[in-house]
Amino acid sequence: MEIKKTSLNKLHQDSQAKFVEFAGYEMPIQYSRGVIEEHKFTRSHAGIFDVSHMGQLFIYGNENLTSDLEKIFPLDLKNLQQNCSKYSFLMNEEAGIYDDLIITKLEDGYLIILNAACKEKDFEILSDILSKKYKMELSNDRALVAIQGPKAVEILNETINGVQNLTFMTGDWFDYNGQKLFVTRSGYTGEDGFEVSIPNDLAEEFTKSLIKKGAELIGLGARDTLRLEAGLCLYGHELDLNKTPVEANLKWAISKERLSNGGFVGSDKIINQIKEGAKQIRVGIKPEGRLIAREKTKIFNETELPIGEITSGTFGPSINGPIAMGYVDKEFSKIDTKILLEVRGKKHPANICKLPFYKKSYVKGVN
Amino acid sequence: MSEVKFSKEHEWIILEGDVATIGITQHATEMLGDIVFAELPEKGSNVEKDGTAGVVESTKAASDVYTPVSGEVVDINQAIVDDPAKINEDPEGTAWFFKLKMKDISELDSLMNKEEYDKFAKESSS
Repeated sequence: MEIKKTSLNKLHQDSQAKFVEFAGYEMPIQYSRGVIEEHKFTRSHAGIFDVSHMGQLFIYGNENLTSDLEKIFPLDLKNLQQNCSKYSFLMNEEAGIYDDLIITKLEDGYLIILNAACKEKDFEILSDILSKKYKMELSNDRALVAIQGPKAVEILNETINGVQNLTFMTGDWFDYNGQKLFVTRSGYTGEDGFEVSIPNDLAEEFTKSLIKKGAELIGLGARDTLRLEAGLCLYGHELDLNKTPVEANLKWAISKERLSNGGFVGSDKIINQIKEGAKQIRVGIKPEGRLIAREKTKIFNETELPIGEITSGTFGPSINGPIAMGYVDKEFSKIDTKILLEVRGKKHPANICKLPFYKKSYVKGVN
Repeated sequence: MSEVKFSKEHEWIILEGDVATIGITQHATEMLGDIVFAELPEKGSNVEKDGTAGVVESTKAASDVYTPVSGEVVDINQAIVDDPAKINEDPEGTAWFFKLKMKDISELDSLMNKEEYDKFAKESSS
């Protein structure tokens, strides 16, 4: 199958990107500055991320659509205000996670941002459940550009006047060169920032205007270290069909209103797990010293019995040390529990620690 | 001091008497990206030609470091373990990895000179 390219591919090439294949797309893993500098630049200034490979699914409909989507997502969508976003999951009956996503209520329906590797399958699953009652569009003609970091609001507001009035997890349509952009105040770096859904043919010029104002392109390498420092899950690593939102320690994303009556796919399992407790749970892990424990590293308790596995591990540039997330048996999930990580045949000390590793600075609204 | 030689695993080696200093090449660091962890062999241990003799990790992945010749580890560069970023800054100078007392100096013969290595590195990365 031919590798797909986003509408910013030429700009990446011109910016000396190193490319990798990611979910069938040629994506920049880093630029000439390298992962650590890109990471730090995002935390101190503003980084631009091409996330056009992610799915932008528009579903059009009214109250009926809202009730139907409540049969799928563990959210109180009836009481969700227009232009407000929620983090959620597409699950199977066993509450295994097909994908994690952001859903935003629009005037005439919903916009759902899906992971690149999952978007086609998600589309099939959703159209099956919704039995083709609603118009669904998995957009091919829109790019998605994120700008993240303390300077993001100032830079983006110069290009799109008014975005500064958005609060965290809200969005709106804005005019730009005679076309409509949908901008949400959200992101996946632990920084304040925005995601901009923009027609493909405007994406390059728009991105260049952000660069001119002092933002810089950042690759997927730094996106991964940023999200891990922020304690955020990555599908295929922390989340998959064998994990539930309760096990992933994402109970907060399930609306309380939905837990009493259930009625969404996977609700029996979720309600039961919340009552009984999950066997394993996602935790933050800090290895001692400089040792990096990668995905699939085995975790042991102090008496060297196996208790879990690492799902993501790297060096955190803002922490200036190694960080990881993984799943451990519930009884070992308490903060400051001493554990051992087996790396290259030797067991090394580490501690369960609080998430996030890096404190966020979101601009919260009232919703 | 001998001429600097290079291995296909992207190590450089230079001989002084019977002690060889070994590190990884500039080209290797460019491929790896930012190095954030280094593990070196133990002083006093013996390593075999083409065997692993350490690890470097970038933000993205771990890579083994091989030794292009056999010998006894007589010194290691603790400075790069304490601050692995030094490897990106000066890989073919102050950020050497370890020193070996060589057993068989003829092992150097099969390695590449600078010109051969530069050609090899260019071809292997394209």
